[in-house]
Order: sequence, then structure tokens, then C-alpha cells
Amino acid sequence: MKRLSAPLIGGMILLGAVMLCAMIPDVLAPYDPLGFDFAALLAPPSAAHPFGTDQFGRDMLSRTISAARIDLQIALFATIFPCVLGVLIGLFVGWYGGVADMIFGRLVDLVVTFPFLVLVIAIVAILGPGLVNMYIAITIVGWVAYARLMHSEVLVQKAGEYVAAARVLGYSTPRILFRHILPNAIRPVLVYLVSDMALVILLGSSLGYLGLGAQPPEAEWGVLIADGKNFFNQAPWIALFPGAVIVIAGLGFSLTGDGLADLLEVKR
Amino acid sequence: MSGDLLEITDLKVTFDTPRGPVHAVDGVSFSVGRGEVLGIVGESGSGKSVTLRAIPRLLHANAAVTGRALWRGQDLFAMDAETLRRVRGGKIAAIFQEPMSALNPVLPIGQQIDEVLVAHTTHDRAARRRRGAELLGLVGIASAATRLDQYPHEFSGGMRQRAMIAIALAANPELLLADEPTTALDVTIQDQILKLMLRLVAELGMSMVLVTHDLGVIAETCDRVAVMYAGRLCETGVVAEVFERPLHAYTRALLQSMPGEGAARAQLIPIPGQPPRVDKPVPGCAFAPRCTLTEARCASERPLLRALAPAHASACHAGERLLAETGP
Repeated sequence: MKRLSAPLIGGMILLGAVMLCAMIPDVLAPYDPLGFDFAALLAPPSAAHPFGTDQFGRDMLSRTISAARIDLQIALFATIFPCVLGVLIGLFVGWYGGVADMIFGRLVDLVVTFPFLVLVIAIVAILGPGLVNMYIAITIVGWVAYARLMHSEVLVQKAGEYVAAARVLGYSTPRILFRHILPNAIRPVLVYLVSDMALVILLGSSLGYLGLGAQPPEAEWGVLIADGKNFFNQAPWIALFPGAVIVIAGLGFSLTGDGLADLLEVKR
Repeated sequence: MSGDLLEITDLKVTFDTPRGPVHAVDGVSFSVGRGEVLGIVGESGSGKSVTLRAIPRLLHANAAVTGRALWRGQDLFAMDAETLRRVRGGKIAAIFQEPMSALNPVLPIGQQIDEVLVAHTTHDRAARRRRGAELLGLVGIASAATRLDQYPHEFSGGMRQRAMIAIALAANPELLLADEPTTALDVTIQDQILKLMLRLVAELGMSMVLVTHDLGVIAETCDRVAVMYAGRLCETGVVAEVFERPLHAYTRALLQSMPGEGAARAQLIPIPGQPPRVDKPVPGCAFAPRCTLTEARCASERPLLRALAPAHASACHAGERLLAETGP
């Protein structure tokens, strides 16, 4: 067994902390995240409120902790759906080639021509704001990256001798695709998946900030920052701490992704 | 012959490339009888591997294959996908040059054997497991039960080729196609694997087509040999007969360029020049530019494969001359 690298361990610790917040927010949060305290409006960070309070006296530490659940949900759903869709498309197009490949190529060109965020915002604007519509929009745009990775990897694997061996042994095409090619081609996709989680947390927060993602009263880090922007001069901590947590979560996913890439690369 | 297991007639394979069509195999015909081991020999690029891979329709879409490949009277090239799938693995199995790349790196050996049995037999799980261990034993892998759960990277090169053979044999095929099965192995292992394959072919009553560039391997293992040059079949016949009395100028030159069992200081005669390019069709004999026995018609008229002696055919204009030189 190969030893885990320092970035991987660091990344997993950061991720573990975020996941813990998502799993048991009630235990970790010192206050009710929605509880008003009119005695401490816009209170700066102190021993009682380490992240300060907002304009209603809500404890920012508790709000940030309880927001972790929504942000992790975004990290998961906004990557899994595009990943599954992209992997299936990449697998079939890579295997069958021909006309499917041509249509796929044009479709990819079409999607990558537009900046990612602009296209997502446009689709959310059409569908209406909200988490589910955000997932749909990210899936419509995000599958392309996974499909291209999978497509190129399938082209490599398809030429492999073990695929010729599987064909000459009389295996059915679905069997060859899912049992032989998929497990061999999936590695770069998995590595990308983890790195992508960092990106979609940022994306989800951006959309939340713009009011297109999670809707109040769902607390999400981007929404918290958006709330804090109105009081940025008097109470910068409202936006500052959720922002810092976004960076930490993103760093956790990135380090884990890089660490996984190194770990899986050596074994090939 | 109607008793033949496999009968290839006028096989042509043309690859469509950006620089125009490449005639990799140009009108090859041969047959394989029951229990027979046929060797296909030729230098790199002579089309021997392409010929072998064309038989179970393994070539990629840019290859245009014409001709007929009759398997027990049924044309493999005209077969529907489902029938073909049953023949592949069930009746015709193949092993390849690189045992590492031909095994799926992410599945344990046992599962890869299991998969063939799932596809081609009705055994239950326990029976398949027993059969897997039995197969590993058959190909000479010790402690088969533990080996079944190991991955290809835990096997040595020779072991991998043994495992590959076990997978190929799992469904009791009648014909084994072997594409340079020993080329990637070191010499001592080569010998073991060849002996193993020969023993299994004899014990299980299979036929085998063995592609190699090694004349020594042919001499040791095959019943009949087919010599290929530039995508064409030069000469076929019983191995001893072809080696003793080559009736094609290329075969003769090839044998003279090899250190044989003759006198220790016998002069080796190299073949001058290079094989022709396969991207433009050659009108006459493909070997003519390098041949020492050329006649006027060699450059323009393509020699046809014809029987010159019992079970010995040659496609050489000088065939009759060579026959006369050596006597009946």
C-alpha cells in the first residue's frame, strides 16, 4: 500500500471538518442559526460570538456551520449528475465513433464556446432561480468536460489488446463497455470529479450570491456573503468568515483531488 | 477439402489511410484441418497478423475485408452479430503477443476466466470457480486457488501468457488463433509456453493457427506452414517438405539467410533490399525486385498459387525449376 501524501492528508482533514459540520450542525453550532438576539446586533467577533453576529444578532459561526450542509449538497449533486451523464455519453461516443462522434464534436464546440458561468446563469434565468434548477443548468453545461475526458480515454482503451481479447472471447458490447473499458477509463474522470467539486462550491456560492442558487431561508455561504455585503463597512466579518470557509472547503477539495491524482497515477 | 474446420478463400484486407489505400493482405487462401497446427510465417509487415485478426473480424472499421472465411461451412464475414459472438470465444479463441496488455488490468484473473464461462457455458458459480482452478492447473500455474484472486500485475510475463491461454481455453474452443504468443517473452519461457500450447492442442484435440516470424518456432511446432510476403501467400505445405525443398524463391532465400542445422561454417546468404511498399499494388511478383531467380514475366505477371507436389503449393514462376533441381 502506497503511503498517503501530505497534500492528500491535509485535504482530507479540511474536507473532514466541513463534512462534520454538515453532518452534525446542531451539535457544533453554539447558537440557533436562525435565532435573533437584539442585544448583540452587528457584534464584532468575540469569545461569545467567534465569527461575530449579523444585523439581526444571528450568530455567524452557527450560520456558517449550518450552511455547510447545503454547500456539500451542491458539491455532490452539481458534480455527480454531469459526471454520470458525461461518462455515459463519452463511453458510447468513444466506442461507436462515426456519426455519433461528429454530432458529439459539434455539440461540445457549441457548449465550450460560451463561458461556463454565463451559460449556467442564462439557463437558470430561463428555468427560474432555485437549487434544483441550478443543478439542471450545471448538468446541461458541465457534462461536456466529463464526456471529453471519457471520450479520449475510451479511444485509448478501445485500441488496447484486452479489448480485442474480450471481443474475440465473444463478450457482448455492453459487457465490454461497462465491465472492461469503463473501470479502466474512469480514473482521470474521478480525479477531475474531486477537483470539480471545489469549482462547483465556488460556482454554487457565486449563484447564491447573485440570488440564483439557494434561496433564503436556506443558509448557503454565497447567500451569507450576499447578506453581509450591505454591512461590509460597519461589519466586514459577516461576509469575511463565510468567504474564508469557502476558500477552506475549496482548498480541501483541490488538495484531495491533486493527492488522488498522484496516488492513482503511480499505479498505472 | 470439406473436412476442413476453417477455409479462407481469397482474403483481401485494405486499410483506408489518409495517404490512400494500403493493401495489407492481398488474396490469401488457406485451410486448417481438424487437429492441425498451421504456422503463418513472414517478416514484419507481411500481413500475417492482419490475416489472423481478420478471421474473427477483429480489425477496426478502417479495414475493408473481402473474401470468405468458412467456419464449418458458415461464412464468418457474413455472420450476424449474435452468431459471431457465440463463435468467438466459444469455438474460436485467440491469444495475443503482449500478455500484459491483453489481460484486463483491473480484474482478477479468476474473474476474467469466470467471464468466459458466464458467456459460453451454463455452469453455476461454484462449478465455474472449480473450472477456473482446473484451467490454471492445466496451463501449469501452481496454487491455482490463490492465483485466481490475483491481478495480472501480480503475475510474471510467462505466467500471464499461461493465464491468457487458460482464458482462451475456458470454453473448450475448437480453434486457437495465436498471434506471436511467445515474442514478448524471454527465450527460456518461450520454449515452455510453446511446449505447453502444443501439449494442450494435442490433448484437447484443437486446431491452431500460429503466427510468428520465427522459422525455428514453425519447425518445432507446426504441421503445415504458410509463408507470407508483402501481403501475399508464397508457399504452403507440410513443414518438413517446405523446409527441405522450398519451391518459392522467397522461402528459399529466407532459409538460406537463417543459421540452420547445416555445417557450422556454412555461409549465410542475406536477402538484399527492402520489402515493397504496400500502398501501391504490385503488378507482378512482389518478391521479384529482390529475387535471384527472376524471369522476364516476374515483373509483369503475378504468379498463382498452385500445387507442385503432394500437399505443397507455391506461387512462384520459378517453382517448377526449383522442383526440377531438387528432384522428386
